[in-house]
Amino acid sequence: MSDVTMRIWRGDPAGGDFEEYALEAQEGEVVLDVVHRIQATQAPDLACRWNCKAGKCGSCSAEINGTPRLMCMTRMDQLPEGPVTVAPMRTFPVVRDLVTDVSFNYEVAKRIPAFEPPARPAEGYRMQQIDVERGQEFRKCIECFMCQNVCHVIRDHEENKPHYAGPRFFIRLAELETHPLDTNDRRELVRQRMGLGLCNITKCCTEVCPEHIKITDNGIIPMKERVVDASYDPVGWLGRKIMRRPKRSPEEAAAGSSS
Amino acid sequence: MVDYETHDYDVIVIGAGGAGLRAAVEAKERGLRTALVCKSLLGKAHTVMAEGGVAAAMGNVWPEDNWQVHFRDTMRGGKMLNNWRMAQLHAQEAPDRVYELEAWGALFDRTTDGRITQRDFGGHRYARLAHVGDRTGLELIRTLQQRAVHLGIDVFMECKVLRLLTDDDGRVSGAVGYWRPTGEFIAFTAKATVLATGSIGKSWAYTSNSWESTGDGHAMAVWAGADVIDMECVQFHPTGMVWPLSVRGLLVTEGVRGDGGVLRNSEGTRFMFDYVAPMFRAETAETEEEADAWYEDHINNRRTPDLLPRDEVARAINSEVKAGRGTPHGGVFLDIASRRTPEYIRRRLPSMYHQFMELAGVDITAEPMEVGPTCHYMMGGIRVDADTEAATVPGLFAAGEVAGGMHGSNRLGGNSLSDLLVFGRRAGIGAADFAEGRTGSPQLDDGQASAVIAAALEPLGRDGGENPYQLHHDLQQTMQSLVGIIRTGPELEQALEKLGELRQRADKISVDGGRAYNPGWNMATDLPSMLTVSTAVTQGALHRRESRGGHTREDFPTADPELGKVNFVQRQRVERGPDAPIEIGPEPLPQMPPELTVLFEEAH
Amino acid sequence: MTTVDDATVTPVVLGGTRGGPDVPTLRRDRWWLQPLVSASVLIAFVVYATWAAFANKDYYVGAAAHRDLISPFYSPCLTASCVPGSHPGFYLTWWEISPAILILIVPLGFRLTCYYYRRAYYRSIWLSPPNCSVADAHGSYSGETRFPLILQNVHRWFFYLGLALNVILTIDAVVSYGEPGVGVGVSVGSLVLTANAALLWLYSLSCHSCRHLCGGQVRRFSDHPIRYRLWKLVTPLNANHMKFAWASLVFVALTDLYVRLVASGAFHDPRLF
Repeated sequence: MSDVTMRIWRGDPAGGDFEEYALEAQEGEVVLDVVHRIQATQAPDLACRWNCKAGKCGSCSAEINGTPRLMCMTRMDQLPEGPVTVAPMRTFPVVRDLVTDVSFNYEVAKRIPAFEPPARPAEGYRMQQIDVERGQEFRKCIECFMCQNVCHVIRDHEENKPHYAGPRFFIRLAELETHPLDTNDRRELVRQRMGLGLCNITKCCTEVCPEHIKITDNGIIPMKERVVDASYDPVGWLGRKIMRRPKRSPEEAAAGSSS
Repeated sequence: MVDYETHDYDVIVIGAGGAGLRAAVEAKERGLRTALVCKSLLGKAHTVMAEGGVAAAMGNVWPEDNWQVHFRDTMRGGKMLNNWRMAQLHAQEAPDRVYELEAWGALFDRTTDGRITQRDFGGHRYARLAHVGDRTGLELIRTLQQRAVHLGIDVFMECKVLRLLTDDDGRVSGAVGYWRPTGEFIAFTAKATVLATGSIGKSWAYTSNSWESTGDGHAMAVWAGADVIDMECVQFHPTGMVWPLSVRGLLVTEGVRGDGGVLRNSEGTRFMFDYVAPMFRAETAETEEEADAWYEDHINNRRTPDLLPRDEVARAINSEVKAGRGTPHGGVFLDIASRRTPEYIRRRLPSMYHQFMELAGVDITAEPMEVGPTCHYMMGGIRVDADTEAATVPGLFAAGEVAGGMHGSNRLGGNSLSDLLVFGRRAGIGAADFAEGRTGSPQLDDGQASAVIAAALEPLGRDGGENPYQLHHDLQQTMQSLVGIIRTGPELEQALEKLGELRQRADKISVDGGRAYNPGWNMATDLPSMLTVSTAVTQGALHRRESRGGHTREDFPTADPELGKVNFVQRQRVERGPDAPIEIGPEPLPQMPPELTVLFEEAH
Repeated sequence: MTTVDDATVTPVVLGGTRGGPDVPTLRRDRWWLQPLVSASVLIAFVVYATWAAFANKDYYVGAAAHRDLISPFYSPCLTASCVPGSHPGFYLTWWEISPAILILIVPLGFRLTCYYYRRAYYRSIWLSPPNCSVADAHGSYSGETRFPLILQNVHRWFFYLGLALNVILTIDAVVSYGEPGVGVGVSVGSLVLTANAALLWLYSLSCHSCRHLCGGQVRRFSDHPIRYRLWKLVTPLNANHMKFAWASLVFVALTDLYVRLVASGAFHDPRLF
């Protein structure tokens, strides 16, 4: 078996650089296997976040040859010849080596108004499979945060972070909006506070999703269309005037009062 | 003297998998100051790996199903070593816990009339597993995570707990640990502490468990003076991938067999028909025709032997491989490709399909998988009171995989997720009750905390000592070869000897680099837990001179009815800590009341 | 001793050190190829369409050639300058420049606000970003939150107008089979017009707004079985929206070119049967 060369980012908030590691290739390995071998033999303090090594937990996100990938789902034999570059996710502050501080995402999660069902009827909730399927697609999300990482809205314009939820949370909001039992209306919230309008649908989130969730086509664009229903549709606006259904503020939507 | 930050709570929950999250939600809903401490990021815990479903006798698919049937299946699966009261509570409360998830936003697959649908699984008499495709664990953890965030529970992520702290009366009064990103130390005082740290599988070479499963909770409970039971009862999942290397140890859900997949040896024979134990004969198909008809018609046919309990299947695979009828890489074939259409497989087992396709280039709709036994689940654990999940040390509670008793000597598939929910909630209630009743605020014992911190820092101060990765590797090899799925007395003795040596080497570990996100140091701080639980497993295995459930002794191949009446209990009575010995002895099982024993006398 | 009240979770850190080197991208594949191709085709189309729209001639093949072929850029031809036979019987007298300009607003607006074209030109023309994990070429960014880009939200109104235009182009295709002075026949020109109309329908019906209006906007499909069926019908089309967008764009230009060449006398539109 031939040798492989790994160029791995080593560094912390004070700075860093790529370091090269050469080792023998082994059959059937993924990038994470190689990183583990480097830890065990050459660099015991090489920091790398991982858990399941099966593409289910979304911990080992990194940028492999410049593209966001899960290290556990990237087979070495499918990468082009030559050194393999492994760098931490760019959008989040680095903790050490390949580990980044992803707390931004957990902060956003706190701002999402919770699911709000009606009171449970005596015979239990009934939902049809066709109604839960849309939400189920979004609930496949393993929170690897690679969509957040690749999204140029915050990757290249960090100042947007405070008012931009990002693709992961747009599909969370889309999931709640299509939940057959939810009683909240989050359209104004998503427009005014979650920064849906900042997304220019360049679809990189969909390209990097390891769960193949159609984030843009099934999540973000339907949310944009729902916002159009609520805010940019003259017919809808006229309808609301006539029907006297007041538009709700984000605070009301967040408070979860049902209509 | 190293500084550390301190936090005071009513309840701290250590571990944020399904059980930990459920316990924290319960304590927080009671209005208590609650903290959730976890070694990884929130939502990454091993619960995400559970695929098949949550076992709950809701009777949505089979109205004949009820808690008594579920209870009986669970006890039988555990070879009657279970704590009957836990099995009863579990069977009774699981449906409510599932409906509760639904009210918190979980989207389970539905029946045509809009109720939660349920699927068949090994050892369950009726289709009983509420599920979401084959990612039920993810759904469960995400739902609970979102609930926890909504309630505003304080979460301490990537925070590794090293030791529990006790007060002068021996009550658990908090814990000390460190932040993984910075290496800074942290101490908690708490009126009640819930351990929900999950499994111990990382001590074996072939395991489906993630790096987190180092048995921290088991070990910390022992070091705090609590009892652990049934430590010999480790479940090896019968169908872990053995090839290719990148997916070695990865589980192939029982759902593959539930949906029509069958096991074959290298000669193409469906060998499971040759391994039906007498106690399962009455309800198991005898011919391939009957087994195949069962998928469509459960009433007039008996179930396929491919869905026998996990230990039976694991032993059968082991025997086939030993008899020379294994695959080139030492497993057997699991074949669904030749039996179901690719569309059906992709629809029923989407993430299974996708995972193997991407990870290893294996198309499960086109070729059989190579599978074999993999260390999967720990039945044994902290001895708890069935109703409150209180450990034998006051102030300490345990739920989920770290607690023992519920599953006896073998767990049925699907019972782990329901276990997390039922006993996670009960542990939350137990801890909340205890915290509310506890007088005075627990005081931080700086002496204890500083001693733990000093011990944790030792490897960083050493030069040229043992490599923690090498030590871990040697531990895994020892446990894999000597305390694996099939055990013998002399090998277990040898394992104890080796574990003693490893213990000595662990005192000489040296680690390069600093404290901030240093995996070498993290490994060094995980090793004491792994060594303690490995020792307990080996001692338990040595003392249980019979074969029962997940525990198989080649030198005692049958079950001993006398040993079926006892748990092997282990504890550190006086001297405590990673270096202290662990006592072991048999103690009688709790006695099942007559109204439940009658369930096992009825003809079935 | 801190209490729960001041126990803080990690706040969002702005201005923290980022991992990896400060370079626009670490990609070494040919990531520039996709935006380059997109930009080339888009620019080529715009150049051609502008020229063709201002040309104001050779857009109609009439009875003299025993044909009734009109370029999609000029249909419906609504101004006084429209050549005889090309307008639908009425016209606007106040419009003095090319009739194409009047009509092209609709397809231009529809395509400009289309969710797919937005992706294409934001990436390839505006370079924001040029490709995934390649740095945005612009220092500041406000997305589609301000004028003029907030007007992207009018997409569905262009969708409605686009549907009307599709109907007209479909009629054009149908009447093109009637060959004045000859009877009914099939010529290459009528097939070109038919294919053009078909591609435009596919492009319009696969539109995200269409999918939303068909059924995507309802919360519970089970309460709206007909809308669910419509949604199921257009969903697979929507998955191919990008393909239809490119195919219809290129073909509509080719259709104009074909009519233009025939009208200018470069060759005669061959009759097939």
